[in-house]
Amino acid sequence: MFIKQLSAFVENKQGALSQIISLLSETGVNMRAVSIADTQDFGILRIIVNDIDVALETLKKNNVIVRANNVIGVELADKPGSLSKVLSLLTEGGVNVEYMYAFVTPGNSNSAYLVLRARHNEKAEKILADNNIKMLSEDDIKNM
Amino acid sequence: MSKYYQPEIETASRDEINNLQSERLISAVKRVYERVPLYRARMDKLGIKPGDIKGIEDLGKLPFTSKQDLRDTYPYGMFAVPMEDVIRLHASSGTTGKQIVVGYTKNDLDNWGDIVARQLVAAGINKSDKVHVAYGYGLFTGGLGIAEGARRLGCTSIPVSSGNTARQLTIMQDFESDAIACTPSYAMYLAESAEKSGVDTSKLPLRAGIFGAEPWTEEMRKQIEKSLNIKAYDIYGLTEIMGPGVAYECSEQKGMHVNEDHFIIEILDPDTHLPVKDGEKGEIVFTCLTKEAFPLIRFRTKDIGTVTHEKCRCGRTFVRMSKPMGRIDDMLIIRGVNVFPSQIETVLLQMNLSPNYQIIVDRKGVLDTLEVQVEITDGTFSDTISDISRLENELAGRLKSTLGIAAKATFVAAGSIARSEGKAKRVIDRRN
Repeated sequence: MFIKQLSAFVENKQGALSQIISLLSETGVNMRAVSIADTQDFGILRIIVNDIDVALETLKKNNVIVRANNVIGVELADKPGSLSKVLSLLTEGGVNVEYMYAFVTPGNSNSAYLVLRARHNEKAEKILADNNIKMLSEDDIKNM
Repeated sequence: MSKYYQPEIETASRDEINNLQSERLISAVKRVYERVPLYRARMDKLGIKPGDIKGIEDLGKLPFTSKQDLRDTYPYGMFAVPMEDVIRLHASSGTTGKQIVVGYTKNDLDNWGDIVARQLVAAGINKSDKVHVAYGYGLFTGGLGIAEGARRLGCTSIPVSSGNTARQLTIMQDFESDAIACTPSYAMYLAESAEKSGVDTSKLPLRAGIFGAEPWTEEMRKQIEKSLNIKAYDIYGLTEIMGPGVAYECSEQKGMHVNEDHFIIEILDPDTHLPVKDGEKGEIVFTCLTKEAFPLIRFRTKDIGTVTHEKCRCGRTFVRMSKPMGRIDDMLIIRGVNVFPSQIETVLLQMNLSPNYQIIVDRKGVLDTLEVQVEITDGTFSDTISDISRLENELAGRLKSTLGIAAKATFVAAGSIARSEGKAKRVIDRRN
């Protein structure tokens, strides 16, 4: 099971990030999680939103280079050791994690959520599914 | 519909062309010696009298003219007729220094119109067609030059001039433009705007484009032809010699035919100033044969190019010049290496990167730095930093092997590099 993530190209200069975020805020799209990866010159903004179609359309219309892609959303018990378990499973399965970030929601204080993308995303998803790790669906994201 | 505008001269034999050129050169030299003090002084200094020039074989004896000469004699020092015979002035844009001003007599304008009309006909345009002129009208020769050609041919010109892209698109649709003339970078911008505003270019009557006034590549031609659904023709010209139409392209699209009944082209070795062989690179030098108001002898264009005398399949016999491979003026000297923006453009298009780029030259300490910024596109963007970095590295590697010096490659946001409505500003040199 995968969820959709938005990735946008952001120049590493003042105001560039704020411009994209303000475009989204005008549409009323709600962000569940945000992460930014940066290099000296540019960054990639990664967001999980409740309405990806509206977000995509708005950004594209405003000349932002953006793409929707599949990532894995994992629900973890919010306690020491749970992330380590997930990562160990992936390592044992020979899967390399490209990036990940985490978020929590006020509605469910017992859980933490992890967004991750692996070089071999399908393989990672299968390993987690085989080990009964709870993964998020698109509906889960919408209803958070 | 005729294939040529003036078939008798456009398909004349080499002997006929040479004889006509010799006859006209003798008379042109006589005129400038009598009427332009700079030429009289230079020829006297070299010990040459007009009578020493017996034909085109004596061309090499004549002195050169440089852009600086035109600045030194600004405004009217090179004019060879009294002002009562001058009916039009144009001026160069002055992007590379002080502007210069040129003049035209009635005959000059008629001749100019004829050579532009040769281009229009070569592009398949006939009397019943409408030519959308999106070159600037004014002191710049682009707009009025194309208009003069349309007038001589008898087709309809639509003087839209440059700028206001939304209006250009409306006119193109409502007035049913059959052909367009503008700079190639503006043609690309128009195509991009058409796509954005949902104009289906395949439904437009537009079928030919005449593009010039700035360097462009074969890759750009392909993009323009595809996106505007037209055939794109390359026209060459320069204010000092006439304006657009000094050389024109036929449907073979294999070099531009130089209007040899009005101009002599020489390709000279930049160091020895001796002619190079067909196909070899050198500086393009022009001599005006028929110009009355502003006749230049052996004007050094600072454009680098080649010529070929090989027979063209279109049947025209005028020599063909290559697209200029760069201007000596545009040439950047970075860490002692000659770099032409056109080389960088070629690399970008080979890698299917955006044609919207900017070259930034700077100096860190004593070392020159070169950075090429390219807009990111849907096709080049990836969700993963390492993919984008890999592409940057590949671009940097290819630039290094093409240019011979290291360059930093950087992706920037889509739409962030200023679009030009006139000439493209490709280079930012911060060293001075």
